[in-house]
Amino acid sequence: MRAVPREDDDVDDEPENAIVSRLGLLALQILVGLVGFAIWHVLTVYPILGAPKQIQFFFSTPVEVLKRTWMEMTNPEIWGHLWITLQETVLAFVFGAAGGIAFGFLFARNALLAAVFDPYIKAANALPRVVLAPIFALWFGLGIWSKVALGFTLVFFIVFFNVYQGVREVSPVVLNNARMLGMSERGLLRHVYWPSALTWMFSSLHTAVGFALVGAVVGEYLGSSAGLGYKIHEAESVFDVTGVFAGMLILTVFVIVIDTIVTLIENRLLVWRPQAGGQG
Amino acid sequence: MVGQSAAEGRKAGRAGMRLVGGTALAHGEAVRLDGVSIAFTLKGGKRYVAVEGIDLAVMPGEFVAVVGPTGSGKSTLLNAAAGLLKPAAGSVTVFSSALSGLNGRAGYLFQADALMPWKTALDNVAVALEPQKVPRAEALARAREWLAKVGLATFVDRYPHMLSGGQRKRVALAQMLIRDPEILLMDEPFGPLDAQTRQIMGNLLLELWAANRKAVMFVTHDLEEAIALADRVVVLSAGPAARIVGEFKVDLARPRDISEIRLEPHFHALYKEIWSCLRVEVSRAYAGGPA
Ligand SMILES: Nc1ncnc2c1ncn2[C@@H]1O[C@H](COP(=O)(O)OP(=O)(O)OP(=O)(O)O)[C@@H](O)[C@H]1O
Ligand SMILES: [Mg+2]
Repeated sequence: MRAVPREDDDVDDEPENAIVSRLGLLALQILVGLVGFAIWHVLTVYPILGAPKQIQFFFSTPVEVLKRTWMEMTNPEIWGHLWITLQETVLAFVFGAAGGIAFGFLFARNALLAAVFDPYIKAANALPRVVLAPIFALWFGLGIWSKVALGFTLVFFIVFFNVYQGVREVSPVVLNNARMLGMSERGLLRHVYWPSALTWMFSSLHTAVGFALVGAVVGEYLGSSAGLGYKIHEAESVFDVTGVFAGMLILTVFVIVIDTIVTLIENRLLVWRPQAGGQG
Repeated sequence: MVGQSAAEGRKAGRAGMRLVGGTALAHGEAVRLDGVSIAFTLKGGKRYVAVEGIDLAVMPGEFVAVVGPTGSGKSTLLNAAAGLLKPAAGSVTVFSSALSGLNGRAGYLFQADALMPWKTALDNVAVALEPQKVPRAEALARAREWLAKVGLATFVDRYPHMLSGGQRKRVALAQMLIRDPEILLMDEPFGPLDAQTRQIMGNLLLELWAANRKAVMFVTHDLEEAIALADRVVVLSAGPAARIVGEFKVDLARPRDISEIRLEPHFHALYKEIWSCLRVEVSRAYAGGPA
């Protein structure tokens, strides 16, 4: 269970050659989860690795974690935290994507600008963004905006590089064809550059949304009074391992929900793309 | 408007038909290349002269086919006529005015796939009318008509990747023709198609062209196709520095049927004549170039 963005291919896509039916696959997937929980349960409840009390201090037990998760989810307080994290994620994504698109286009269409700023962009992107969190807290306070800023710095560069690439790597034949059709610069932007950039952007959409969330949660973790990251940090500071795991479980569910929504949007906007398994 | 003297001299034999008062005749030409040379700068600063000293003119309503071995510079010539490539020497004239920038009076059917992959067949064709400020509803209606004309009425909502190679070429054909350009530049439009489809497409093209005669510059490596379609076949030599080595009038009656015209004795005579010229170049292309 990862709370970080996934860059690899989706597991939930239709298998290319259906080895097992969809239902069978689902059953197998659930089985893996159950086996994982079972191992966790056996190792923490029975004295195999040591005294259960001691083990449980470090690893809790699945039943405890599920109980706590259920308790948290039915408590209206958690929804407030989720709402804060969601706000930060969405704002970071929207601003980061908008900035990335704008600058991606600008730099891709202006070779001089791109050449001059190239080393600075590379340097800024190489910087581990976590070190910025305290500075952002200083600048923007402990509210949501310092987290939005952190998420922004993560999302911006992903979208920027992809849009830049997308505009630069427009097929020259498609471009020349559009020009021969008499399209103006504006027409080219709208019918050629923009869709091409969008494709590239969407190819990194999952990563970008994931990073927006990472920015939000890490920001909360390092200093705030609300949000999922804060909840986890709070539990950690009193060695409440059950609370930490419950927070992680909630975060995971949250990520899966957001990721599913992104997939739905992506499928709608990129209908023209060849499907995996179909002919290229 | 008179071609450059060097070019004129080299082409003395062929240019006979338009030597008399170059200006007067140039007036009628849809597109005209005078002593055109095109060179590419390769990595490392070396120059590669693809075509050199090309004199070629296409009259309005005339169908000219350009044949030549692979890599001889056929696409390069079309790009020059389209204004996508600037000649290193010589000039390109379009309806008596020197070409600068893109050739706005020409439609270009590219050798490679050039449809916008993110637009359906219908949108790909309709978008061609946008620069002419045609209202969207009318553009869509006309695009539908054109797609029906090329036999794709039931494929309007498909994206390019859901179409076969031949269907994509037909969409591209509709996209080019819907704008009603005065000059058609076609680069091996039927290149990737099988023999039967080529004939069907050839007949379709002739039919559309007969209804509305344009100046056509048609590139192909298939000599039979060139003769079956064209009024004139131009043979390009093997590169580098490819030149025009032969020009043949095809005086076969129209309307023609691609599949039947091949059976005519005169077709065979023409084929033999042009092939004897082309064959030399084809074997030169394979012997000379590592390409
Ligand atoms: N951008 C380029 N840079 C360098 N060389 C080029 C470039 N474009 C074409 N050439 C060279 O110019 C020559 C002519 O190319 P062109 O594409 O016009 O050939 P062609 O006659 O259309 O061939 P084919 O029948 O295979 O399409 C070739 O030798 C090719 O390698
Ligand atoms: Mg070519």
